[in-house]
Amino acid sequence: MTLEEKQIQIVEEFGIFDDWMDKYEYIIELGKELPIIEEADKSDDKLIEGCQSRVWLDSSMEGDKMKFVADSDAIITKGIIGLLIRVMNNETPKTIATADLHFIADIGLQEHLSPTRANGLASMVQKLKMSALKAI
Amino acid sequence: MIVENEKIPFDINAIRAEFPVLKQKIYGKDLIYFDNGATSQKPQVVLDAINKYYSQENSNIHRGVHHLSQVATSHYEEARTIIQKYINAPLQEEVLFNSGTTAGINMVAFCFGELLTEGDEIVISAMEHHSNIVPWQMLCERKKCILKVIPMTKKGELEMDVFDNLLSNKTKLVAVSHISNSLGTINPIEEIIEKAHDIGAKVLIDGAQSIQHMKVDVQALDCDFYAFSGHKVFGPTGVGVLYGKKEILDSMPPYQGGGDMISKVTFEKTTYNTLPHKFEAGTPHIAGGICLGTAIEYLSKLDIDAIQKHEYELAQYAEQELLNIDGLRIIGTAKNKTSVVSFVIEGIHPFDIGTLLDKQGIAVRTGHHCTQPVMSFFEIPGTIRASFAFYNTKNEIDIFIKAVNRSLEMLR
Ligand SMILES: Cc1ncc(COP(=O)(O)O)c(C=O)c1O
Repeated sequence: MTLEEKQIQIVEEFGIFDDWMDKYEYIIELGKELPIIEEADKSDDKLIEGCQSRVWLDSSMEGDKMKFVADSDAIITKGIIGLLIRVMNNETPKTIATADLHFIADIGLQEHLSPTRANGLASMVQKLKMSALKAI
Repeated sequence: MIVENEKIPFDINAIRAEFPVLKQKIYGKDLIYFDNGATSQKPQVVLDAINKYYSQENSNIHRGVHHLSQVATSHYEEARTIIQKYINAPLQEEVLFNSGTTAGINMVAFCFGELLTEGDEIVISAMEHHSNIVPWQMLCERKKCILKVIPMTKKGELEMDVFDNLLSNKTKLVAVSHISNSLGTINPIEEIIEKAHDIGAKVLIDGAQSIQHMKVDVQALDCDFYAFSGHKVFGPTGVGVLYGKKEILDSMPPYQGGGDMISKVTFEKTTYNTLPHKFEAGTPHIAGGICLGTAIEYLSKLDIDAIQKHEYELAQYAEQELLNIDGLRIIGTAKNKTSVVSFVIEGIHPFDIGTLLDKQGIAVRTGHHCTQPVMSFFEIPGTIRASFAFYNTKNEIDIFIKAVNRSLEMLR
């Protein structure tokens, strides 16, 4: 599946919810499922300090594809991270660095990615793309 | 125009009707606005005054011979008088307009700070807003002064016996909040002012969270400075007031240089204008000042005792209902509290609750509330804070409690 196809798939999944709370129920479930980073591995170089919730991000290369793991102390933030990683995982650095992540706005979660939101997500996307740029 | 003793009886429905914002739906739900500690909503009279100023009176003040300038100038100065009367300041020129509490505190830190010398001490408290911490740290760095902090108990009450010991003949200024924005504690400022004066120190009161909740009489308090923000007291953003005793303001050097604050300018020497203009360089927020006057006039017509009682009952009710929730802990349990309820829930991040409450139409604030030292003291990353104004109702609290419970069901 291409990065674009993954985005379309997520938008379709969210299409069945017409209520905000149902949408968040789903995000929370995703947050609970996301593999977490062990406490011992939450080193400062992985930390992205948001004003409110904190995010940890780690990346590695497998062949020519990138792999990400991430975590957050807030479950909703974690759920959204889960979506971002699902889209970005197993892609080449070039695809990641140039990706237009429109699905976030399409499913109505753009507020969480605004730099003023203070949940660390905007910085996380930035850091994720930076690590891809470095790997090109 | 000030109409005295014409109090409107407290009628919650009539009051709510005055605030158009409250009629809104957010995500399809009736807005419940519990973020009054951050900023207050504006009554129709204030909105009308803003519109009237820009559509009929807009012009620069203190400098035009023309009609509009004179109208604007007189309305601006009338607003100053309304505020002077409301806080019972002895003199009109002791009421300085600025951009808010932060601006007032910074001005005192800079200008009063100019009178300090190495080794002088400033006392603040453990529950201050960053606005009442950082300006003093900057001053201490600049003037090699020493900052001392009155500690607090786990209830969020100042340790007054320690305060006694912090005071000495080196203490030049005590700067404390009247009411803590993150804990709701009403501090014993009368006692603080008296004790500070006994040893010859001046006192600045950060009134950002108090003037909207209670009667403030700067003469009865005998504080030397009192700072507040227009936007938290039903007025516009970007405008605020610093009250200062005339003899102290006169002894302080000016803050910023510019238009309006001068008496005579030559390239050799400039002499400064008298109060209040000495501290009001440049074109001020004219509409803001005038409409803050309107807001204060509106407030002065309400029955402040009834407001205080209503807000107290709301906070009591909210705390009582919240405490039924498993794992919930109220942060800030002082005996003397205003209508701020800060809480944490075991195992749940405040951000998650805040996000889910938002989607149910409820506005609260989550995080450290610009009081990081308070959060460190309680060893928490932040709290969820519901802060009530007189237009809030018990019914809203019932909906809020249900919404918190629903959020918890989803998160747990
Ligand atoms: C106790 C206290 N002091 C100072 C401030 C700063 O007010 P402003 O941002 O309006 O200058 C606030 C605002 O949150 C406050 O609650």
